[in-house]
Amino acid sequence: MQIFTCPFCGPRDEREFHFAAEAGKTRPDTTRQIDPETWATYLHAQRNDKGRTREVWMHLPCSELFLMERDSVTMEVFSTHPLRKEPQ
Amino acid sequence: MTLRLPTGGLIDRSKPLTFTFDGKPHTGYAGDTIASALLASGTRILGRSFKYHRPRGLWGAWVDEPNAIMNVTLDGHEFPNCLATTTYLQGGMAARAVNTWPSARFDMKAGLDLFHRWFAAGFYYKTFMWPDWHLFEPLIRRMAGLGAVSPDHLDTYTSDQTHDRCDTLVIGGGPAGLAAAEAAAQSGQDTLLIDDHAQLGGTAHQLPQIDATPTADWIAQRQSAIEAAGGRILTHTTAFGIYDHGLVGLAQNGPFGTAPRLIRLRAARIILATGAIDRPLTFANNDRPGIMAVAAAAEYLARYATLPGRQIALLANTPQADTLAAQLTQAGAQVTHVDPAQSPLSARGGKRLKALQAGDRTHPADTILASGGLTPLVHLWRHAGGSLAWCDRRNAFLPGTPPDNMTATGAANGSFETDEALEHARATGQNTPAKRPDPKHHITPHWPAPGSKGRQWIDFQHDVTLKDVELAARENYTSVEHLKRYTTLGMASDQGKTSNMPGLAAMAAIQGRPIPEVGTTTFRPPFVPVPIEMYHGAHTKQLWNPLKRLALEPQHRAAGAALGEYGGWLRPGWYGKGDPVQQAQTEALMARQTAAIFDASPLGKIEVMGPEAEAFVNFIYYNTIATLKPGKIRYGFMLTEGGAVFDDGVIARLDANRFVISCSSSHVDSVRTHLEAWRQDGNDPDRIFIHDTTQHWATLTVTGPRARAILDTLDLDTDDFPHMSLRETSWQDTPLRLARVSFTGDTSFELSIRASKAPALWSALLDAAKPLDAGPIGVEALSILRAEKGFLMIGKDTDGETMPHDLGFTAPRQKKSTPFVGDRSLHTDKANAPDRKQLVGLTVPAGAPPLPTGAHVVTDDEIPRSLGYVTSSYLSPTLGRPIALALLENGTDRMGDTITAWHLGETRQATVTAPCALDPEGARLDA
Repeated sequence: MQIFTCPFCGPRDEREFHFAAEAGKTRPDTTRQIDPETWATYLHAQRNDKGRTREVWMHLPCSELFLMERDSVTMEVFSTHPLRKEPQ
Repeated sequence: MTLRLPTGGLIDRSKPLTFTFDGKPHTGYAGDTIASALLASGTRILGRSFKYHRPRGLWGAWVDEPNAIMNVTLDGHEFPNCLATTTYLQGGMAARAVNTWPSARFDMKAGLDLFHRWFAAGFYYKTFMWPDWHLFEPLIRRMAGLGAVSPDHLDTYTSDQTHDRCDTLVIGGGPAGLAAAEAAAQSGQDTLLIDDHAQLGGTAHQLPQIDATPTADWIAQRQSAIEAAGGRILTHTTAFGIYDHGLVGLAQNGPFGTAPRLIRLRAARIILATGAIDRPLTFANNDRPGIMAVAAAAEYLARYATLPGRQIALLANTPQADTLAAQLTQAGAQVTHVDPAQSPLSARGGKRLKALQAGDRTHPADTILASGGLTPLVHLWRHAGGSLAWCDRRNAFLPGTPPDNMTATGAANGSFETDEALEHARATGQNTPAKRPDPKHHITPHWPAPGSKGRQWIDFQHDVTLKDVELAARENYTSVEHLKRYTTLGMASDQGKTSNMPGLAAMAAIQGRPIPEVGTTTFRPPFVPVPIEMYHGAHTKQLWNPLKRLALEPQHRAAGAALGEYGGWLRPGWYGKGDPVQQAQTEALMARQTAAIFDASPLGKIEVMGPEAEAFVNFIYYNTIATLKPGKIRYGFMLTEGGAVFDDGVIARLDANRFVISCSSSHVDSVRTHLEAWRQDGNDPDRIFIHDTTQHWATLTVTGPRARAILDTLDLDTDDFPHMSLRETSWQDTPLRLARVSFTGDTSFELSIRASKAPALWSALLDAAKPLDAGPIGVEALSILRAEKGFLMIGKDTDGETMPHDLGFTAPRQKKSTPFVGDRSLHTDKANAPDRKQLVGLTVPAGAPPLPTGAHVVTDDEIPRSLGYVTSSYLSPTLGRPIALALLENGTDRMGDTITAWHLGETRQATVTAPCALDPEGARLDA
């Protein structure tokens, strides 16, 4: 049972979290023409990295999404960061 | 013939306990295990092997025992898979060996052993392939298994689950564990020491004294010192696994027949002092009853004051064996030392051992004590990810590179000499790095010899012999993981504690490779069998996934509702005690003729607020929401990014910056998560807020031709209030949201009020309805009403591929100019494919019954192909005929066609129609 640190609530049991997405994907601008390959890649292609990964997770009790860097082999968690923009 | 000594041991001779084994009465003492009591009474056969039904006796004295597995009944409750060596004796126990009938001594299936040549490894895979495995499966399954669970006590067999933490966890309460825990506690660490026996001490009990102190005193001193320094001690507790991020699973055993408590423990540091077990020697007939591990014999002597036999051949060359030989001789046994290097070795005798044959010499013996050396128990070390290092001098895998925050000490670390082990353990307890002591003795290897004669057992419990390993190697199952699965070596309930080392050593010898190169199989939790109940604890049935309850549940019950689960909510299915189908028909007809009151409280009420709320919901919805005026309501879809319909429902705009999303009752949590995910992705989360108020508001729907009259009675103004509008008003000085939306096709009002005020509103509505011959309806009637109108239920009338244009909602796909979730996916080849399944209605010929829901619409080809399926089907009381909805390939082009519906071998004819079967003009909406 892993322990993840929600940037807002602190270290919690893994059962309080859901994986949301791999980090770094940007939604294509759908007001423009998008070729099918680009859209299919956006929809379906996953890096599924072995080793160090950057992922977006949700802490269900507080509903905040955050960025987590972890190792998908050793399960070591390196860091968690809020996705929220810094105040201007 | 009793083998019990008159004095010594940890048993309480003042407390004799009677029990039975295979129906025969026996007596033991408090402190005995079932195994030790039977051994003391001279019982040699405690079980039969799994495959050949060979008679078996005790090899081990604790968790490494592969043979003595029993069904134990106490106080009328029967428990399977009880290891006789770890089950402490209680008076009145009735133990029965598994794999046997009528008893372990006389087993009807013993004849199976005569056919052993045909039962080699891979026998099942090769033999039961033809004509069909399923013909043989029931018989084989009946022969397999380790006892039966009696279900009668499972309701009360529940585990507590607790969480705990400490600075230092010491696993194992033997000499090293005690010393380490004492040092850790005294250096200020919050220390927890666990041991799986009833008493601390481990192998210390085999020694007359430690540190020049009598052993019992030494153990008591360590225990007091640990507790005085604030340390805690748990006995009867097994660390059965180490999981991600250092979580330790502890099973704390209570009295026999109670479920163990699961303790999920986090420790900053773990000291592994789990000790070591003997590994068997591999020689002909080495599975005979009376052949026991040297370490086990030492335990039986020390803890239970029981000799393993009278005439003993000692087949070992370890220092531990020399110590034991002296103790056994002193206790009156006759001990003959035999060098295991002699060859060939074989055990003589059947149910009763007669002799050990070593080369030319025959050593008469009723007992053979064997040891191929000690194997450290490194299971938990491997669970946690530590590596193993092969030691040539000890002939064993030792802990290598440590996992985070774990140190091994004592025999688990390869230190089999007490003084060195204690020194290392104390340093480890104080968190001082300590070097592993060098071994004083060099263990001569005695591994299986491939090609040698006789049936030589590798895995006692699963009946894997040296020949099976050789066969696996010939058939190219040479990796230890393949060897394990092909022969089932190490896959029995003992998980190969005794068999894995000889097995991989045999494979190494066959291939002429060094043992460390062959390697071990993966060590996986649990270390010992633990009941499944322990993992779920109280999280079962209602507590696993609790139903959501309506604020009006007492009122529904009073009204005679039949409550059932609908989408996670406990809701009225219908009212009254009559036939449910007829009851739903009556309620649906009432709704069409007068009016009906329906509790729609589970409908989602997710508020989206903030200066960017409009742009956000416009992006979330397939439909254009930006043009929605305050006070108005619109029906729409949310899509997945793949373009599939995710949810449907209405959205109301309260004011410029505030919307209420009324999503499907069963979808509230997933819609809220969906909204949150998009809100925080690419938006400024401080300008959009999402708040789920579903359970704050109770919603009652009034629908039917007389709905307006009911609202009039409550003084709720419905003038100038067109369909798809929302009005914030009040009733009895309580804010009330009045909405005109319709899921029935009739004039409908949704009244949402603070949940605490719901009972008053419910009573007022029922009182107003009664004179009009109107009343409450349940979910079943509503399902009919909406199906008559062709209104879909998400997930029932749609599937994971349904897109909005399959449901007839095409405009936003063609015209909406701003981006929305799933937009691009609506223009893929798949979205444009001509064979998409579309929602249609089906009618059956006059007099025919309703189509079965789930029936497939099929082609008329010789081998029919499915064109889609019936999603909803009811008898419509309003129309007096069956109605149905279906997802049908290219359905909109098939209007008027006759199709064939297939269900469980029967075919039916039906005609394709539009989904809406009642009032397609919508005249009833404003009647």
